[in-house]
Amino acid sequence: MSGKPRLTYCNGRGRMEPVRWLLAAAGVEFEEIFLETKEQYEKLIKDGVLMFQQVPLVEIDGMKMVQTRAILSYIAGKYNLYGKDLKERALIDMYVEGITDLMQMILMFPFSPPEAKEKNLDSIKERATNRYFPVFEKVLKQHGQDFLVGNKFSWADVQLIEAILTVEEKIPAVLSGFPQLQAFKIRMSNMPTIKKFLQPGSPRKPPPDECYVETVLKIFKK
Amino acid sequence: MSGKPKLHYFNGRGRMESIRWLLAAAGVEFEECFLETKDDLTKLQKDGSLLFQQVPMVEIDGMKMVQSRAIGNYIATKYNLYGKDLKERALIDMYVEAVTDLNELLMTHTFQPADKKEQHFATIVDKATNRYFPVYEKVLKDHGQDFLVGNRFSRADVQLLETLLMAEECKPDILAKFPLLQSFKARISNIPTIKKFLQPGSQRKPPLQEKDVPKLMKIFH
Repeated sequence: MSGKPRLTYCNGRGRMEPVRWLLAAAGVEFEEIFLETKEQYEKLIKDGVLMFQQVPLVEIDGMKMVQTRAILSYIAGKYNLYGKDLKERALIDMYVEGITDLMQMILMFPFSPPEAKEKNLDSIKERATNRYFPVFEKVLKQHGQDFLVGNKFSWADVQLIEAILTVEEKIPAVLSGFPQLQAFKIRMSNMPTIKKFLQPGSPRKPPPDECYVETVLKIFKK
Repeated sequence: MSGKPKLHYFNGRGRMESIRWLLAAAGVEFEECFLETKDDLTKLQKDGSLLFQQVPMVEIDGMKMVQSRAIGNYIATKYNLYGKDLKERALIDMYVEAVTDLNELLMTHTFQPADKKEQHFATIVDKATNRYFPVYEKVLKDHGQDFLVGNRFSRADVQLLETLLMAEECKPDILAKFPLLQSFKARISNIPTIKKFLQPGSQRKPPLQEKDVPKLMKIFH
């Protein structure tokens, strides 16, 4: 046993990508097992390894953790990325949850029918530029600090940089009205652990393509 | 200013109900401000009270908190309902997240179009009895304790009870095969703060009726 956390999921972003980001940002090496077939998934269920018959699964510190938020909270807590007190944690939670709502739209996007795709992309753009990005632009402008919460690197910063880069893949000019976020993006991208994660060959997964969608449907569709 | 938390939402369960449960379980009195019209929501959005322009919003300890999970996490920690260490919190989080998934299914049942309702009901019953309830039944069986985590009352117990009762509203005999969940339900319902919340006249909200859906749509769409 290596002692490293072990992630079980499909070979793609999905619901596991924020976990990869957070572990990478914390400088924690991890292993991955990729689900490729329905049989593999059914075996995991039969072996009783998936508490609610679902992935993501992260084996860490003797636990078989499921439920993405539970996993992320644990990692954030363990590696001091969760603020210094209850009030900082409240802020981090609010920011992370808001960003997660935006990421959820992106998560579902590849699975929407072709005729809905343009409308969904417009929704993502609208929400990013009118609801979510303005909040973080304002937060950074008001305190003038490098990080979102408590003048210290936290889970909220990791979640935000992931969201910015992911939305930019779909809408390249999305940050054009947000100078603070542009500077934030550069700053975060240059942090050593994140810089490493953004390099080719890292565990970071590419954007979902048709092949990924097919694999997911094949494994999970009843 | 009363010092009590103030909840902003419509007069119904939705995403605020779990927060009402948690505050009630912790014995914390709270006030409520109900959105009745779209204008009520717009006013809150315009005066900058809603970080992401959405409710639930809870005014607590000088903060205007949004995002139901963030609010739940804060209340649970403040009132010592979140376990004694990181590992207990991990367990509580896993249990609460799963129960929240089931809650979402239960919550959306009233909004299903007529031709999808029966299928949706079947999905609820299938997931409840095959995916979720067996896990909690086994947890209770394996450790034989009164509470889900750490032999101590926590948020996980509150949210599970909430869901068990909602599931029973959907299908009254849904706990038939789960004796330990039945005794759990009786036991937790008898905790003084919860017993009080379960009595008529408390701030617990009734299930959403189909006739209330149009009014809700007017506020939020």
